[in-house]
Amino acid sequence: MEKFTTHTTQAVPLNIANVDTDQIIPARFLKATDKKGFGDNVFRDWRFDKLGNPNTEFTLNNPIYSGSILIAGDNFGCGSSREHAAWALVGYGFKVIVSSFFADIFKGNALNNGLLPVQVSASFLSALFAATETDANTQFEVNLETQTISILGTDLSEGFEIDTYKKTCMINGYDDIDYLVSKKELIEAFELQKTY
Amino acid sequence: MKKTLFDKVWDAHVVDSVQDGPQVLYIDKHLIHEVTSPQAFNELVERDIPVFRPNQIVATADHNTPTLDQHLPIRDELSRKQLEQLSENCNNNNITLYELGHKYNGIVHVMAPELGITQPGMTMVCGDSHTSTHGAFGTIAFGIGTSQVAQVFASQCLLLTKPKSLRVTVNGTLKNGVLPKDVILYIISKLGTNSGTGYFCEYAGDVFENMSMEGRMTVCNMSIEMGARGGMIAPDATTFEYVKDREFAPKDEAFDAKVAYWKTLPTDDGAVFDKEYYFDAEDIEPMLTYGTNPGMGIKISETIPVNNDPSFKKSLQYMNFESGKSLIDTPINFVFIGSCTNSRIEDFRVAADYVKGKQKADNVTAWLVPGSKQVENQIIEEGLKDIFNAAGFELRQPGCSACLAMNDDKIPQNEYCVSTSNRNFEGRQGPGSRTILASPLVAAATAIEGKIIDISKQLN
Repeated sequence: MEKFTTHTTQAVPLNIANVDTDQIIPARFLKATDKKGFGDNVFRDWRFDKLGNPNTEFTLNNPIYSGSILIAGDNFGCGSSREHAAWALVGYGFKVIVSSFFADIFKGNALNNGLLPVQVSASFLSALFAATETDANTQFEVNLETQTISILGTDLSEGFEIDTYKKTCMINGYDDIDYLVSKKELIEAFELQKTY
Repeated sequence: MKKTLFDKVWDAHVVDSVQDGPQVLYIDKHLIHEVTSPQAFNELVERDIPVFRPNQIVATADHNTPTLDQHLPIRDELSRKQLEQLSENCNNNNITLYELGHKYNGIVHVMAPELGITQPGMTMVCGDSHTSTHGAFGTIAFGIGTSQVAQVFASQCLLLTKPKSLRVTVNGTLKNGVLPKDVILYIISKLGTNSGTGYFCEYAGDVFENMSMEGRMTVCNMSIEMGARGGMIAPDATTFEYVKDREFAPKDEAFDAKVAYWKTLPTDDGAVFDKEYYFDAEDIEPMLTYGTNPGMGIKISETIPVNNDPSFKKSLQYMNFESGKSLIDTPINFVFIGSCTNSRIEDFRVAADYVKGKQKADNVTAWLVPGSKQVENQIIEEGLKDIFNAAGFELRQPGCSACLAMNDDKIPQNEYCVSTSNRNFEGRQGPGSRTILASPLVAAATAIEGKIIDISKQLN
């Protein structure tokens, strides 16, 4: 997994609530047996019409927006547990997703793929959307060490929460498999003495 | 200290705790299918890590499988390859697989309970969010991502932070025509799609105590649709009776010993939950969804609410519905009875009971997709297939089918489908399709009438 410390770019606004993982990557694209290529189909049915032509109204097709931070509406990533959603967002080039609320499974999947979910207050989320609307070139800084997200060129910033263990993993590029495999003896001992 | 059902099962499975971090939770059973497992197998190969406990893994093919001509090679090349990959991975790692055509093949959340693989007090995971279904047995069961599938392969454990506790109590007697699906759609419509996020939910009260195991599975199945990682119902005599004598259930004295343990699992009187909600059974009616998430539900007699939120309006625009309007009399051309929510024998009995002696409307395509080979055989043995055939319904072969339309079972663009599945997301049943979630009874009635009717009025 790639290491994550700080990240500064422009952002792409997606001001829609309850974006489910079927929208992030529709089920018909889940037939691959590797993790490659999902980025091509991220938000497929919002990005393209049924003939495969880009939908110019969709935020990812708007040439004024760029950058590897996605600012999304409340309850992002609800629905299916498909990790393909995280692979698709990473494959497209996103490193950070900001929302006022994330669905559990998506949040875990994102963290396991070096994609940082940054949960902010509803009012700060509105400020982020307002900043991109005023100037699409606004730069945002996400600092994992200090757990803050800032709108550069303003004094607006907010802290965000992250589990200490997960933070260490993200900063160092570790994942849970390394940790769990290192606990094998403890797990075997548990199996021998489990009480149920 | 007073403990909840969830606490008791969780605490018994904690192997270790990371300082200021998550806990290492032991997983008893790991279910896998073709879509979310291949990348996890690859991960292990790349790291040269063996599968730690292959005997605790059971595999089935369900998401990608055709529901017609299952004896023939699969036409779609990518689907065929994904199933071949599953067979190869299971074979290489000594994992039991109920592949297409096997007498135990079926949707993962239908086949595991009916084989007695699911038992009270267990921890179970699967790379599928509807793993919450198994909570009906008093099991901690939840969906995981593919990275976590790899973790369980490697260690039979997961690193998790203990979720908060939530209890939903529904007391009273359900009205005629109100099914378990209506109960859970009602709860989600009241609580919203993210009220359960960060929580594990216990369902309590007479309504669930008096429910069959099939009904309890329907309820727990949709816990994820209000954001809860899982839902649980305390194991009781109904649970024990269901598990007894199933293929992989403990037998004789071993079963009795398990029952004695299972009886200790229900939540202690006075145990405290982080959040509690109470509802009256009498307030529940047959339900319908009108929008593009499962929380957008109304009683069949109600009208679509007014809401100026842009996401709400976008949703109604997608569905081509208007605030203030009723859904009664909406013409419907597609009906789907199936999915891990409602594809068990009881669901087909309800539908057959209504359909018997009637004829499907000419405009309707009605697909019935059993949850497993065993359910399919039961439908035939009980004579339900004859009833459905006579009424013009099409009984297909088992699989996830039109719930997520990974195979050929797709609802055409702009068409409504009254569906017993669990998600009405945009395009869920095929690009541009419009899903209305409902119970098997409402779905059957819709197929007969060719439009949505108020089933409550008809029954009373």
